[in-house]
Amino acid sequence: MAKIATREAYGAALAELGEKYENVVVLDADLSQSTKTNEFKKKFPDRFFNIGISEQDLMGTAAGLATCGKIPFASTFAMFATGRAFEQIRNSIAYPKLNVKIAATHAGITIGEDGASHQAIEDMALMRAVPNMTIVNPADALSTRKAIEAAILHKGPMYIRLGRLGVPEVYKENIDFQIGKGILLEEGKDVTIIACGFMVHIALEASSMLKEEGISAEVIDMHTIKPIDEEIIINSARKTRAVVTAEEHNIIGGLGGAVAEVLCEKYPVPMVRVGIKDVFGQSGKPMELVELYGIRPKDVVAAAKKAIAKK
Amino acid sequence: MDNKTLEQLKEKANIIRKDIITMLAEAKSGHPGGSLSAVEILTYLYFKEMNVDPSNPQWPDRDRFVLSKGHGAPVLYSTLAEKGYFPKEELMKLRKTGAMLQGHPDMKDTPGVDMSTGSLGQGLSASNGMALAGKIDNKNYRVYALLGDGEMQEGQVWEAAMTAAHYKLDNLTVFIDNNGLQIDGTNEDVKNVNPIEEKWKAFGWHVITIDGHDLQHIEMAVEEAKNTKGKPTAIIAKTVKGKGVSFMENQVGWHGVAPNEEQKEKALKELEVRI
Ligand SMILES: Cc1ncc(C[n+]2csc(CCOP(=O)(O)OP(=O)(O)O)c2C)c(N)n1
Ligand SMILES: [Mg+2]
Repeated sequence: MAKIATREAYGAALAELGEKYENVVVLDADLSQSTKTNEFKKKFPDRFFNIGISEQDLMGTAAGLATCGKIPFASTFAMFATGRAFEQIRNSIAYPKLNVKIAATHAGITIGEDGASHQAIEDMALMRAVPNMTIVNPADALSTRKAIEAAILHKGPMYIRLGRLGVPEVYKENIDFQIGKGILLEEGKDVTIIACGFMVHIALEASSMLKEEGISAEVIDMHTIKPIDEEIIINSARKTRAVVTAEEHNIIGGLGGAVAEVLCEKYPVPMVRVGIKDVFGQSGKPMELVELYGIRPKDVVAAAKKAIAKK
Repeated sequence: MDNKTLEQLKEKANIIRKDIITMLAEAKSGHPGGSLSAVEILTYLYFKEMNVDPSNPQWPDRDRFVLSKGHGAPVLYSTLAEKGYFPKEELMKLRKTGAMLQGHPDMKDTPGVDMSTGSLGQGLSASNGMALAGKIDNKNYRVYALLGDGEMQEGQVWEAAMTAAHYKLDNLTVFIDNNGLQIDGTNEDVKNVNPIEEKWKAFGWHVITIDGHDLQHIEMAVEEAKNTKGKPTAIIAKTVKGKGVSFMENQVGWHGVAPNEEQKEKALKELEVRI
């Protein structure tokens, strides 16, 4: 089965949906071949603006376009979007609640060889702390396509986290993608695995490994990190009484943090976070880094057993 | 403009100056210096030039104004109130808990504010976005932005300057409030921003230098900007920080301190005589 990166699905979705939604405009910062916004550029050259290597200006220009009723998608790497332009996102986009979609690609360590300077592991933490911001991190091609259309229809600032590496499909069809609603992928009774983005297919693999050992896992695709779906977390925790989170992000401040906040306050159960353990990445082949940083299916399996043992 | 119009505009500028002093004294904090230096620019734009409708602040075809130097909020608020966007009573609630008028412009809640600003260096990018939207939609509206001279030390200003020239945004006009001062001293002392004209020219802009307190100069420059095709225009307005209040003029200390009651009375008395 062909693996498709979520950035590729993003580029294709933009090019397709640009037809139907004439107010969509796309901005990039000299990375359109990597972010795949060049797909949109080819079809709609008059609605595409290369702002050059100026990420702060990228966000500000998108904000100005949004004040005039446009639906701007501003794309660059996750590192430069949320890092370099953090304050522009906060003050020019989120505070005035402008309808800008920050579609950031190359998130996490699976960008591989470019190394730590380009591996955003803190982007969701930064975006989560900003009021008015919605955060979506789709798992595969189809859910990315759905996420992009949902983003166009959603009014307000949104951060969409996308990956460089090809990922297997999680969804075939008929996916009910709603912003703020987690998707129950597998039902189980011993442990809940809540994952987002790249880690969703890893969580599914972990679940089948657990099954072989007689452990029944519930798997949730938490594609929306903010606002987090409290209901699905609490309902599942009530049933399994043990929760694991899995994200390709620092275990501080991202999905694990968000789920921990919900559980601690509303339904405390044992919990283990899988993710980047508050360290910077490094250069290497993506899947070697996945192994090195401990975000493989077997790491999720180990975390699940640990959570169960704490019940 | 004819003499009558000139006199009317001068009268407006005077009212706006008095409102700035009164609202800042009432708020007991805020920025008088950079508000007073920009009075003629805003007066000209809102009372002579801009195609706006205070009863329909979101009108899509309106001209836009972005106060990139957001700490100049008092001059924007008193101009908007004088223009009829909201009642003047609001001015007396400036910076108070629960008030509409925030310390720095907030487009969500204040009618007439086209962009939220306050963090320096960001307004020109947003103005570019508005001008680009106008180009895509074939609209005739124009976009104006006002930047401080110290603000030019922000890198994003030059990112945006390059963008505006690249996209030939001739529907965009920027004013630089060139009062020579910022917070810690003169521009020269803190970090030299000169030569200003050459910088904007080198970035591909049409540049005009004027006396920023002379309404007729402002008119000529704005007309020239409107007739300049294929590139954006930067109007370097030579101004005096604190203009109109003798003890505030050219005083770096009056950047971000409000007048007390006594100073307010003194300032208002001086403003009885129109400048
Ligand atoms: C990004 C940012 N840094 C610092 C400040 C604090 N600040 C407010 S006004 C000001 C000086 C501005 O000087 P200038 O642009 O010359 O404005 P003017 O003289 O017209 O008041 C500074 C540093 C800010 N508002 N935003
Ligand atoms: Mg100054």
